[in-house]
Amino acid sequence: MLELALKGSKRYYGWIAFLLVLIGIGSLAYVNQLMVGLETTGMNRDVSWGFYISQFTYLVGLAASGVMIVLPNYFHSYKTNKHMVIFGEFMAIAACIMCMLFIAVDVGQPTRMLNVMLHPTPNSILFWDMTVLVGYLSLNLLVGWTCLQADRANLPHPKWLKPFIYVSIIWAFSIHTVTAFLYQGLPGRHYWLTAILAARFLASAFCSGPAILLLVMMVTEKFTTFKMAKNALSTLVKIIAYAMCINMFFFALEIFTAFYSNMPGHMHPITFLFAHADPTLVTLMWTFLACAAISIILLVTPKFRNNLKLLPYTLIILVVATWLDKGLGLVIGGFTPNPFHAITPYWPTGKELLVSMMVYAIGALIVTVLFKIATSVKEEMGHSQGLPCGCSTEDTCECAPEEVEEAPAEA
Amino acid sequence: MKNNRRTFIKLAGIAAAGLAVAPKALASSGGHSPVKANPKGLHATQWAMVIDTTKLHTEEEIAKLAEACHAIHNVPKIEGHKEVKWLWSDTYAHTFPEQENPHLAEEVHHRDFPLLCNHCENPPCVRVCPTKATYKRPDGIVAMDYHRCIGCRYCMAGCPYGSRSFNWGEPRKNLDLSKLNPEFPTRMRGVVEKCNFCVERLAVGKMPACVEASEGAMVFGDLNDPDSEVRQVLREKFTIRRKPTAGTEPCVYYVI
Repeated sequence: MLELALKGSKRYYGWIAFLLVLIGIGSLAYVNQLMVGLETTGMNRDVSWGFYISQFTYLVGLAASGVMIVLPNYFHSYKTNKHMVIFGEFMAIAACIMCMLFIAVDVGQPTRMLNVMLHPTPNSILFWDMTVLVGYLSLNLLVGWTCLQADRANLPHPKWLKPFIYVSIIWAFSIHTVTAFLYQGLPGRHYWLTAILAARFLASAFCSGPAILLLVMMVTEKFTTFKMAKNALSTLVKIIAYAMCINMFFFALEIFTAFYSNMPGHMHPITFLFAHADPTLVTLMWTFLACAAISIILLVTPKFRNNLKLLPYTLIILVVATWLDKGLGLVIGGFTPNPFHAITPYWPTGKELLVSMMVYAIGALIVTVLFKIATSVKEEMGHSQGLPCGCSTEDTCECAPEEVEEAPAEA
Repeated sequence: MKNNRRTFIKLAGIAAAGLAVAPKALASSGGHSPVKANPKGLHATQWAMVIDTTKLHTEEEIAKLAEACHAIHNVPKIEGHKEVKWLWSDTYAHTFPEQENPHLAEEVHHRDFPLLCNHCENPPCVRVCPTKATYKRPDGIVAMDYHRCIGCRYCMAGCPYGSRSFNWGEPRKNLDLSKLNPEFPTRMRGVVEKCNFCVERLAVGKMPACVEASEGAMVFGDLNDPDSEVRQVLREKFTIRRKPTAGTEPCVYYVI
């Protein structure tokens, strides 16, 4: 099926070329980091993890979120999602690979990375994180690819695949839980030392992940004949709305625990992020709260939620909010103030951002290629194609009843 | 049935004989030459240190110890937040953040306190290390294998005492190469390093460099030996440890 990725329009090739240029530029920065060491980053003795690890953490959420489409389909037989499942799985593949790359660019001795497998250390959560990430990547590759191949051959999905699908659904929860354990088991880092961190991670993943997926799907709709079914879309938006509300509720629990208990160690990181950090970071953290509030208002109000013109902006605001919280504040807040209650400022350097750009561009490239393959197969099969009235062939709308019947006949 | 039991007993007898002989046979086979400990070396089941801050509390005094430590371990001098340090000093508030009060004796408030790796009995850095590059020796010293370390810096996130440094750049750039101690390795970039309780000196019967340079303000010995000098001081004087709430059981004690 890979050959489908090779046949594309000029615009498709232009986009691929653009991504390759970004990857090229970023890899120069990475080669420089390899030559001189991690001193090219803004990290330091007190803030020993930075932008790379926080991106890793955010993207694990994206990887885990695919389950929000897969689970209704397989656990609840909610078949409206059927033709979206493959995109959730392919997104997870790209996200897993980006996660691994962010870890790879973060370690000081990348050539020794295999030591994690050569000397397996079950007491280290990092070992388990590697295990669950590799496992989740393999499961999604296997399930996604096999299902798509079966679709293309007009065959039912093979029976032997079922156990792998069920395992992958449960596995999705494990990858974000284990990533939270990476943080929440550390003494002396009060911002992370909270039992609710794994739950917070999952809640934030299940709103931000589907939001990113929907945004990418909207772009996909623009450039291909694929069209999301309206029911599937509205279900996903409702999931996002619930998850975002739970996410912010969990955040409020943290605030209550820290400030009602009056424990200095628990209050310091929060007051640092929202009041005492440098003005840019403080502004960004308040932007997070503002964006979170706006996105919740827009999502819980049916009039705004069902407005498809407004939806992309709602989702962007939500992604900004969750990224500021988890992709920026989480790691910085965990390390500052340091164990001595002293403050060491951290801000990513230009080179750090270039290397991150490289990883994101690689992720975008993988998403592009995989989505190109998936949409081409769907086009061949006539699944979920756009109708002139703006509906999908999977919708039971009145505007094109004939075409719904025609579509399979064409295939 | 009877026959079976007989064969079983026979086999068990042969197996037992084999087990008894095997270790000796293996030892003499030359796979590994038997390692003999240096008879002059110092041994303990849990090394510990007591620092008398009534005798040692000025920045200059501590800087002298740090210099002794850093010189023999080829620790690079780097300014700013990317520094590498094994032994350093800080204020009371930073050393004992949970044990501060606003009306502390002024004299204590003005003291400086020597800081180093606590060689915890229950070290979180060992727990989190994904490659066993940080490990706990049978004598309680939390040691590092610089050749195993992948530089993930999980141990730095795990340590509640900020006792670890990472070589963000090439450490030899910041070393006076003419004054290197040839008996201790330098490090490469991209690995974590920390105080090792002078394990290389203990092995040849010497006390840690800072203890030697402290002129009696630091006492070093076996925490599990009731007759050791360390235990004697702990019995006689009131001591505190850093961040006891972290549950790591630090083995560096401070006389205040």
